[in-house]
Amino acid sequence: MTANRLAESLLALSQQEELADLPKDYLLSESEDEGDNDGERKHQKLLEAISSLDGKNRRKLAERSEASLKVSEFNVSSEGSGEKLVLADLLEPVKTSSSLATVKKQLSRVKSKKTVELPLNKEEIERIHREVAFNKTAQVLSKWDPVVLKNRQAEQLVFPLEKEEPAIAPIEHVLSGWKARTPLEQEIFNLLHKNKQPVTDPLLTPVEKASLRAMSLEEAKMRRAELQRARALQSYYEAKARREKKIKSKKYHKVVKKGKAKKALKEFEQLRKVNPAAALEELEKIEKARMMERMSLKHQNSGKWAKSKAIMAKYDLEARQAMQEQLSKNKELTQKLQVASESEEEEGGTEDVEELLVPDVVNEVQMNADGPNPWMLRSCTSDTKEAATQEDPEQLPELEAHGVSESEGEERPVAEEEILLREFEERRSLRKRSELSQDAEPAGSQETKDSGSQEVLSELRVLSQKLKENHQSRKQKASSEGTIPQVQREEPAPEEEEPLLLQRPERVQTLEELEELGKEECFQNKELPRPVLEGQQSERTPNNRPDAPKEKKKKEQMIDLQNLLTTQSPSVKSLAVPTIEELLSLVSSQEDEEERNHRQMIKEAFAGDDVIRDFLKEKREAVEASKPKDVDLTLPGWGEWGGVGLKPSAKKRRRFLIKAPEGPPRKDKNLPNVIINEKRNIHAAAHQVRVLPYPFTHHWQFERTIQTPIGSTWNTQRAFQKLTTPKVVTKPGHIINPIKAEDVGYRSSSRSDLSVIQRNPKRITTRHKKQLKKCSVD
Amino acid sequence: MKVKMLSRNPDNYVRETKLDLQRVPRNYDPALHPFEVPREYIRALNATKLERVFAKPFLASLDGHRDGVNCLAKHPEKLATVLSGACDGEVRIWNLTQRNCIRTIQAHEGFVRGICTRFCGTSFFTVGDDKTVKQWKMDGPGYGDEEEPLHTILGKTFLLGSCASDRNIVLYDMRQATPLKKVILDMRTNTICWNPMEAFIFTAANEDYNLYTFDMRALDTPVMVHMDHVSAVLDVDYSPTGKEFVSASFDKSIRIFPVDKSRSREVYHTKRMQHVICVKWTSDSKYIMCGSDEMNIRLWKANASEKLGVLTSREKAAKDYNQKLKEKFQHYPHIKRIARHRHLPKSIYSQIQEQRIMKEARRRKEVNRIKHSKPGSVPLVSEKKKHVVAVVK
Repeated sequence: MTANRLAESLLALSQQEELADLPKDYLLSESEDEGDNDGERKHQKLLEAISSLDGKNRRKLAERSEASLKVSEFNVSSEGSGEKLVLADLLEPVKTSSSLATVKKQLSRVKSKKTVELPLNKEEIERIHREVAFNKTAQVLSKWDPVVLKNRQAEQLVFPLEKEEPAIAPIEHVLSGWKARTPLEQEIFNLLHKNKQPVTDPLLTPVEKASLRAMSLEEAKMRRAELQRARALQSYYEAKARREKKIKSKKYHKVVKKGKAKKALKEFEQLRKVNPAAALEELEKIEKARMMERMSLKHQNSGKWAKSKAIMAKYDLEARQAMQEQLSKNKELTQKLQVASESEEEEGGTEDVEELLVPDVVNEVQMNADGPNPWMLRSCTSDTKEAATQEDPEQLPELEAHGVSESEGEERPVAEEEILLREFEERRSLRKRSELSQDAEPAGSQETKDSGSQEVLSELRVLSQKLKENHQSRKQKASSEGTIPQVQREEPAPEEEEPLLLQRPERVQTLEELEELGKEECFQNKELPRPVLEGQQSERTPNNRPDAPKEKKKKEQMIDLQNLLTTQSPSVKSLAVPTIEELLSLVSSQEDEEERNHRQMIKEAFAGDDVIRDFLKEKREAVEASKPKDVDLTLPGWGEWGGVGLKPSAKKRRRFLIKAPEGPPRKDKNLPNVIINEKRNIHAAAHQVRVLPYPFTHHWQFERTIQTPIGSTWNTQRAFQKLTTPKVVTKPGHIINPIKAEDVGYRSSSRSDLSVIQRNPKRITTRHKKQLKKCSVD
Repeated sequence: MKVKMLSRNPDNYVRETKLDLQRVPRNYDPALHPFEVPREYIRALNATKLERVFAKPFLASLDGHRDGVNCLAKHPEKLATVLSGACDGEVRIWNLTQRNCIRTIQAHEGFVRGICTRFCGTSFFTVGDDKTVKQWKMDGPGYGDEEEPLHTILGKTFLLGSCASDRNIVLYDMRQATPLKKVILDMRTNTICWNPMEAFIFTAANEDYNLYTFDMRALDTPVMVHMDHVSAVLDVDYSPTGKEFVSASFDKSIRIFPVDKSRSREVYHTKRMQHVICVKWTSDSKYIMCGSDEMNIRLWKANASEKLGVLTSREKAAKDYNQKLKEKFQHYPHIKRIARHRHLPKSIYSQIQEQRIMKEARRRKEVNRIKHSKPGSVPLVSEKKKHVVAVVK
């Protein structure tokens, strides 16, 4: 339909065009005819034309020059009528005949129809298209404006703008498109084929694939993690073992061994509780070890080493100890283990322990308490340490043995203990005496101590007995529960077992006294070892453990405070107090001397310089130089005699001297310590900006930017970094892609509009054109 | 008794690892650091001098072509790959890191007029004087295969660019199949290049020794006229950052212009480099390549004094600081003089002098004409508008 209508309209249009064009043709033909006919009329016409040219009356006269032979509808001329030929004029003659009604109707219908406007020629249409397209494109492009503006004004641009993800192609993809071509490659592939190595899917062999299928990824990961962990643990363990193996200290190894033995014992006890059968097996093992020991002479001081030690033992304490140790070990190993522990028998063991425990504590406390002299204190404690090192290895096994021992071992350790203790006492007292004599302190009490050392020991024994009696009933209950708690309780004991027995002035007999001792000690002693306190606590309150720690804490705090106050004061007083004034005076005098020396040195070094005078001189010179100079125009010998030794007369000089005008006062006239050079320095000018640079509108803006420093010398690190951020940052090796439409969030939506226009370009008419123009203006 | 103790937080003076720098406590009291401006000025001066000392932009020359290099193209995805077409129809593919030719194709008879790569980098097109367009695979032929183009289009002109040779620049929109607008300049435009970061800005390299940067929405006045060359400008290419572009000229030099400046910031030339026909800025914006008449492709640093390779953080900080100092004191005559100093071959130098005189004479004449004619009758035309003859819709 539309096509039909279009065609119709086009037809009508073409007709109209013809109508419009034809008159011209007619005129042309007419003029040709005229040329052939008479010149007169021609002349007249020319005259008329000329007359019409200058005047305003340009209207052509309607004249029908000649009747043509054939009058056609096309030759109708409207020339001269001054108005267009109207349809009504044509219809008038038709009116009379009714036979032409149909034609009339048609004509009227034509009349009612509106005429279609002229289509534009092709060039114009194309131009319009171009303009439209340009406007559209410009509009579309202006969508980039904000992005571009933002980028232009950005403080810093880091290229590439969008973070690119590194695309890693799996090796299969890379290799899938690759084929073997050269003979060498083919040969290699053949080899791979033979060995069932993967070729096309180059990652996995069939075996590997199967294994991969067997285990899921997570499982594999877990497994791997486990393996890794195990490996790591193993390596740690190995490293640790190596480290421990390297340790040369024998004592350390002994302790370790002991620890191990203890642990084994503990485990055994536990096992006995939990799993009696397994415990029996263990027991058998121990029994076997015992048998082996009995069979062998390993620990019976019969070896080479033991013999050498035996020779040494007379003179060397350590050798003696070592021998004893070995013997004790032998004893320990050859002891028969008893599965069920009897309460009665154990009491004996505990008794010993207690005996050992309590006196130590007491002694130590006493020793610490009695030392008013800090120097002595230190020596004492060091002694205790030494003793500890000597004693510990010996005593520990004993204790362990006691823990599980029978009554037969009861007497021996005690005796041994006594012997050792005695030895130590003797040594200690000797040392102490010498120290005391050096310190020149009244040590009467100490002397009495020495004499009464044996007494003290016995007293101690009594005391421990008492203690034991106090706790006996409780102990029995505890022991009936099993050996484990006992062992645990005894653990701290070996550490406490400091054989400092004799250093104390009075006896301590009851628990209360012991407590008080502890307190005293807190106030007096700085180096109170915590284990002692713990030992006390454990001794005193084995039952009510929960409240023990609190007390401990309190005590510790007190100790600290007291330490600070008391320990420092004596030493300071002894040294500093009497000499402080002297010292001060000494120091001050020394300082004075130094200063004097320093000054002297400086004076000597700059002996010739007098800076102030030099400066004044310089200033005077500068002032002189800056003064405008008089111009002397006298010519010697002019108007008078001249020659060597003759000077122009004063009058003449005065006459020809042009005095310079007084300049403005100097700026540094009232500043005695400053010279201000008022001349423009040419050398400085090379480093000064003469014209205000472009972006600045006022000189103070520029000056301000110059005066704010940006270096790290004047700015904090953060500020420095901020001030020196470069405007554009590019990374080497990164491709910077051009900005994309997607970045702006713009898609070519306007395209549809354009395409509509393109599809039927004929529709654009002058009206459209006008609209477009408006648009473009807007 | 009052106990006073010194307590220090180890965080303030202990470094975390051995590799850290020692912490240096600083006192920023300005009284302790006097003479800020003179000190910074001296630093800036030194930085400028050092920049000139280290300005060694020439990196390598790739030789192998047997005729002048007529066109260059970058690989869109590989930084190290460059394609070049010569006047004898030969196309070569180069590896920049190894600085050698990895492939040679006799693509056309006569000139290779143009070369461009596909966006994905799998193939490239060449246009030759033998009226053919050929498409080639980027990777070389396999073992035993012969070098053959994928497609050949015969007897068609394949319009890739949008600037024409009859003194005008025509803009097309590919989607609409109609040209948009046309600018006629004084002389022929050789190349145009679009700013990769600003979609509506392009720069045209013209025969009248100038380059014109246009905003395509307003073609009647160029945004900027870039003038420094002393002969026809043959090629132009933007830096991928869109802040600068490089131009190749018939006067045997290449110049780097900031987009918003009318004068170049850098000129590169060597004794052996002849008329430079084509120039490209690599996609990481660090290097410039130019192909010239005497059959060589040259590789330059885009920033003449830049240090190649990895920088430590301290080096980077120092570089940034120096850059900022140079910027801050750039207006000082001493610094300006040093920073601007370039050595030029005698021919270019004398031509510059000559052209300056000519230009001055022209200007003087114009001024005189304005002075001696009726006021308003001789319009004062700005430099920007002078070169645009007409805009055709």
